Amino acid sequence: MRLLRLLRTSTFRLALIYVALFGGSVLILLGFIYWATAGYIARQTDETIAADITGLAEQYRQRGLDGLATTITQRVARNPQGSTIYLLAEPGFRRIAGNIDRWPPVPQDSDGWLTFTVQDRESARGEAYQARARHFVLSGDFNLLVGRDVQERRALQELIVESLAWGLAITLALALVGGLLMSWSMVQRIEAINRTSQEIMQGELARRIPTTGTGDDFDQLAHNLNSMLDQIESLMAGIRQISDNIAHDLRSPLMRLRSRIELARQPQPDAEQHRALIDAIAAEADTLLSIFSALLRIAEIEAGNRRAGFANVDLSAVARDAAELYEPVAQDQHQTFEARIEPEVHVHGDRHLLSQALTNLIDNAIKYTPEGGTIQVELRGAADGADLTVADTGPGVPPEYRDRVLQRFFRLEASRSTPGSGLGLSLVAAVAKLHNAELKLLDNHPGLRAVLSFRALPRS
Amino acid sequence: MIDIATLPRVMRVLVIEDDRDVAQYLVKGLKEAGHVVDHAGDGKAGLTMAIGEGYDVMVVDRMLPGLDGLTIVKALRASDNHTPVLILSALGEVDERVRGLSAGGDDYLVKPFAFVELLARLEALMRRQQPAAAQTSLRVADLELDLLSRTVKRAGQTLDLQPREFQLLEFLMRHAGQVVTRTMLLEKVWDYHFDPQTNVIDVHISRLRQKIDKSFGRPLLHTIRGAGYSLRAAP
Repeated sequence: MRLLRLLRTSTFRLALIYVALFGGSVLILLGFIYWATAGYIARQTDETIAADITGLAEQYRQRGLDGLATTITQRVARNPQGSTIYLLAEPGFRRIAGNIDRWPPVPQDSDGWLTFTVQDRESARGEAYQARARHFVLSGDFNLLVGRDVQERRALQELIVESLAWGLAITLALALVGGLLMSWSMVQRIEAINRTSQEIMQGELARRIPTTGTGDDFDQLAHNLNSMLDQIESLMAGIRQISDNIAHDLRSPLMRLRSRIELARQPQPDAEQHRALIDAIAAEADTLLSIFSALLRIAEIEAGNRRAGFANVDLSAVARDAAELYEPVAQDQHQTFEARIEPEVHVHGDRHLLSQALTNLIDNAIKYTPEGGTIQVELRGAADGADLTVADTGPGVPPEYRDRVLQRFFRLEASRSTPGSGLGLSLVAAVAKLHNAELKLLDNHPGLRAVLSFRALPRS
Repeated sequence: MIDIATLPRVMRVLVIEDDRDVAQYLVKGLKEAGHVVDHAGDGKAGLTMAIGEGYDVMVVDRMLPGLDGLTIVKALRASDNHTPVLILSALGEVDERVRGLSAGGDDYLVKPFAFVELLARLEALMRRQQPAAAQTSLRVADLELDLLSRTVKRAGQTLDLQPREFQLLEFLMRHAGQVVTRTMLLEKVWDYHFDPQTNVIDVHISRLRQKIDKSFGRPLLHTIRGAGYSLRAAP
């Protein structure tokens, strides 16, 4: 079962292809080795025979038939055990001299080569052996046959072929086993990823893919997947946190709304009082709606779709308008309002969102600054962007809370006496992120200094 | 010089809205306000009615079964029908196309909305339909606004207004006798398409009131409870 699955894996299939390719290469290599060894021996034999014939033909030309017959007889006599075969025959193939009795009864190829079995020569081995010889026709139609015992050569060739065949078989077997082992180890690693994914799908969100610590590509993959899972987990935790907050923060106004409706249901003696109650209910509902609108707007901004509508924005005009809108509000609360706005500062962005972010910051500043305090709105252009600052002399935000005040619904005062939804800074943070701007909350000694730092992205 | 009539006028309104509750709420409210109302529950019926009958103003939901709101407006404009249209849109649906419509002479409103807001906007749309007749000055009672010299006088006495205060007063005077909401002022005078948390408009109105009403016996700029403001001679 396991093996069957292993055979189906892509790595095993790859290993098989590799084995085939490798086997093919080895086969070509072995063919070359065969040609270079066994083939060389055969060519060597043929060349020796050809040289022998040339010598004997020369003898025949100089000394005639008798001379040649003598030479052959002498050679045979000198070396009766020799591996060379000689036969001189009449035009009718009757033996004149030589060390075999008769002309071998086998056909010859176009070059005059014959391969045959020598049966009955008084050799030391006394048994049949393979021979290869060449037929040469002398003038006067006499026939000369010169050959060699190729028994040993054959044996050697066979040995070579056998070794090569074994070599090929062993190579293929090793490649196959190697392929199996390789696929198996790959399958193990992939299995680990699969197993972890399934566990995560079944709800064990904390599971992570094990790494071997070698830092290889599988480890890198596992590491990336794990980072992705971490990111997803933290986002999910964030969403859970937000929905918990929403549930918590909407419960009290809903409760208030409900109790007021309950109250309005009872018969009211005074029509004016009843009307005031209905107004309070409507106001409470409006507050809830504005919280929902703010949440939806933040979500819309965070989704990033608004980037499509980005254009060149005159940030100076945005700041001037917001300052002009809020200056009377600050003055009514006996606060000093200072605006230092550099002209002609432009950024790439969404004018409406930038306006809203800035008015949120100014709104907060005015809300949290006591009478007699100072609100400052400042815009400075920089070489690669702009800094938009809203500073106040209110209570400020302690450093440990500066990250948390950007979260939805987070408010510093537990009593929540100041009106507000705790969404204003979340929206500013979302707008800043959309514009690749940095929102810094700094100490104004005393008070809060909120800086939106716009920096142009390096052109990609 | 035209002293804009403050008489309420009966409007023929077509409401194209598929949500029954919203439609009922609109029809009932508009009828109570003394207007004549027809209702269509889907885009196709709505378009047929819009083309067939002469309406003064239309309320069209952005998302409708059959034909969507923007397509209806496009079809109307293509057939040379220039009846003002107020687009109703859910928050997530407000996009540049919807905003672009308001620039083209119409308006949009995000759901959920207060009925007074809708009514004020419909009346403003109607008012815009009246030919401006190349006005060079506006007048309400003894308050005069000269659009060319950009000066304001009350009872013959020149008032010193900031540029934005002038714009605010101009808008209020162009819609004299009507209710103008805070959101409308934010949109039309400041071009802010969101509600700031603090009621900044109230502060600006009270400044303007200081200048145009304080030293004069009869107040012209009135606060309408639960709705907004209205500039008019009668209390």
